[in-house]
Amino acid sequence: MRKGQYRFVAGFLFVPVALYLIFVIWPYIQTFGYSLTDWKGQSQTFDFVGLDNYKALLQDDIFMGAIWHNILFLVFIPVITILLALFFAFMLNAGGRSRAGGVSGVAGSKFYKVVYFFPQVLSLAILAVLFGAVYRSDSGGMLNGFLVQLGLVDANDPVVWLNEPDFVLWALIVVVVWHGVGFYLVLFSAAMQSIPRDIYEAALIDGAGRAQSFFRITLPLLWDSVQTAWVYLGIAAMDMFILVSTMTSGEFGGGPDHASEVMSTVMMRNFLYYGKSGYACAMGVVMLLLTLILSVVMLRATRRERVEF
Amino acid sequence: MGSTSAENAGNNGSEGVGRRALIKRSAALGLVSVPAMSFLSACASGGGDEDTSGDTQGKTSKDNPFGVKDGSKLDVVIFKGGYGDDYAKAWEAAFQKKWGVTSTHTGTQEITGKLQPRFNAGNPPDIVDNSGAQKIKIDVLYKNGQLLDLAEVLDAPSVDDPTKKVRDTVIPGTLDPGLQGGKVVALNYIYTVWGLWYSGKLFQEKGWEEPKTWDDFLAICKDAKSQGIGGLAHQGKYPYYINVAIMDLIAKKGGLDAMKAIDNLDPKAFVGSDAAQAAVEAIYDVVEKGYLMPGTNGLTHTESQTRWNQYKAAFITSGSWLENEQLKQTPSDFDMKFLPMPVLPDSVMPFEAIRAGSGEPFIIPAKAKNLPAAKEFMRMMLSREWSTLFAKEANSLTILQDGVDPSVQLRPGTQSTVEASKAAGDNTFRFLYTEWYSEMDTAIQNASNELMAQRIQPKEWLKRAQAAVNQAAKDPASKNNRRE
Repeated sequence: MRKGQYRFVAGFLFVPVALYLIFVIWPYIQTFGYSLTDWKGQSQTFDFVGLDNYKALLQDDIFMGAIWHNILFLVFIPVITILLALFFAFMLNAGGRSRAGGVSGVAGSKFYKVVYFFPQVLSLAILAVLFGAVYRSDSGGMLNGFLVQLGLVDANDPVVWLNEPDFVLWALIVVVVWHGVGFYLVLFSAAMQSIPRDIYEAALIDGAGRAQSFFRITLPLLWDSVQTAWVYLGIAAMDMFILVSTMTSGEFGGGPDHASEVMSTVMMRNFLYYGKSGYACAMGVVMLLLTLILSVVMLRATRRERVEF
Repeated sequence: MGSTSAENAGNNGSEGVGRRALIKRSAALGLVSVPAMSFLSACASGGGDEDTSGDTQGKTSKDNPFGVKDGSKLDVVIFKGGYGDDYAKAWEAAFQKKWGVTSTHTGTQEITGKLQPRFNAGNPPDIVDNSGAQKIKIDVLYKNGQLLDLAEVLDAPSVDDPTKKVRDTVIPGTLDPGLQGGKVVALNYIYTVWGLWYSGKLFQEKGWEEPKTWDDFLAICKDAKSQGIGGLAHQGKYPYYINVAIMDLIAKKGGLDAMKAIDNLDPKAFVGSDAAQAAVEAIYDVVEKGYLMPGTNGLTHTESQTRWNQYKAAFITSGSWLENEQLKQTPSDFDMKFLPMPVLPDSVMPFEAIRAGSGEPFIIPAKAKNLPAAKEFMRMMLSREWSTLFAKEANSLTILQDGVDPSVQLRPGTQSTVEASKAAGDNTFRFLYTEWYSEMDTAIQNASNELMAQRIQPKEWLKRAQAAVNQAAKDPASKNNRRE
């Protein structure tokens, strides 16, 4: 290396690492420190209470319920989103029945791709307003209005979607899936297009049907993309803060009666509204641990031998 | 928090720092540096500003007790929320006319963001309406020595009647919320009443009379339902509002003792309290008989209030900010009217009794540049002229007793609150547990939400509310809050 170049490169390495330490690692260490205190969040006076906050956390039914809701999201959001996205992507790229024998997209597939991508352009805040109108609890809501027109619901007793403990989690899952499918569809179809056509043609000559060519060729070759999608959707499922806090009832959402609570909403309520900031920090540490474990597990579980082509 | 950490964890599996990560990081660097810069510059501007402050003291006189100086400047910051900030502009115009003091006006919702750096730098405004979600906590400011003790203003002669002190012209008890360490450091300026609201026009059309007893109330709900109108609407997404109705019924039925039992975390505040039982059963009766506006349990405050403005329900619960909040949605002939909660049989308090109290704290920073003008400004806020200006521009009352000139035409809703508070006289009450125990408040709100959705019965509601009280009583800090 030429003289001075070394210092230049080292500078580039040092600055990001230092920033990372200061703005990411240090706050985590601080959070852990605060989680051992009875900090109230408004001044710098507090007492050390050891692991009391963590003990209390284990007996906190609301937080434990929130963990279960996050796990439910974790199971359903990635599965539904990825399956739908794969299905649509395959249909767009290989669903056509023309020419090269089952390896072209349906008519207008380029247009559909753009349309599918639309929901991703919307911010979650807009989404919350949009679906707030869909789920509105009187006959002015889109869903209720529709059901009333069909005669399935009595206008004087409409379905209170987001205020029904049995529906609220599913209503939220629908929103996330609606938002996510388009993006992963585009991701998957980009990956599908990079699969050499002659593999399909060879399979076709060997007598493979559409289903077989999907499961034997497309899916294995897409595995890297699916894995990425899985991790990202898992992380989204562990968070869910924006949608839950804006769409459901209660301070920072989570209603009705904690039926849609996720870890982040319980944490924010304790941190800002109840002034139990030390306790909330303990929740933050637990969330960090769970998310770390989740990421490691998902990356390990989905590891496959890489197929080269 | 969770997501940032997890993304990093996700990257662990890939091949270290790629070019994209590097770009992301430098972008992140840019993002962090922006607030850091403004923070630094705020600090930097802190020193050496002393020289501008010396020249605001004028001569004091009987009419000018603080010595406002003609030609000086006043820096006013107003929270621009439900009441807007037009009232403050009107005040500032009047102030300039009288004293020749020009003011710089800032109307904002970001009180903390705009003012914290200025307080830190020793360069605060002269008078602040410190309200809204982003207000700076009064106790924090007080502990840092940033607030002026308002005793000087409160002990000055009133503008309207110089034989009286300012503090004797306000509605009793309204200064209390501004107390810190025994001193009034914040002036909670707006007088709020809570209760039911209805449309005078709808009532006249249907031939309904203002209900004074619970049975009358139910009768109107029944009649409304038979004509395809909802009886009671409430802001279901925020059970705060229906708690107003439940708690007011308790207070009126059982008197101030029933209210204090709740605030003081009595082991029999709910379970074992006849007043509480009667009140909750009365509310549940409304639900069971189907007198709620359809769908109201899931609506936000604006959605349900707008439906009510469209004559889809006879009554709604809310505080006196309602009229200003709904200004655009209210038909011009709607004739909005306030109604104290109707009373249950054998109630201790009369029908006229209302929940009432003060809010919207105004403060004078201790390090304000133009203290004389700031004090005079606040003294004038408590004059009848300015209180009337406020009522006209913001459609709400102030804490000044009889503070609105009778010749002024108020909006119908505000006018009806004037009459209601006159009729109430000393029969006012105000729960404090909402300010003292937010966790208990949330638990009771959740229970109410379940009650209104008919997922629990009154008995279960009482149990859950009592459990919330008992939980709050366990907190050692709860000893600090007691009322006699």
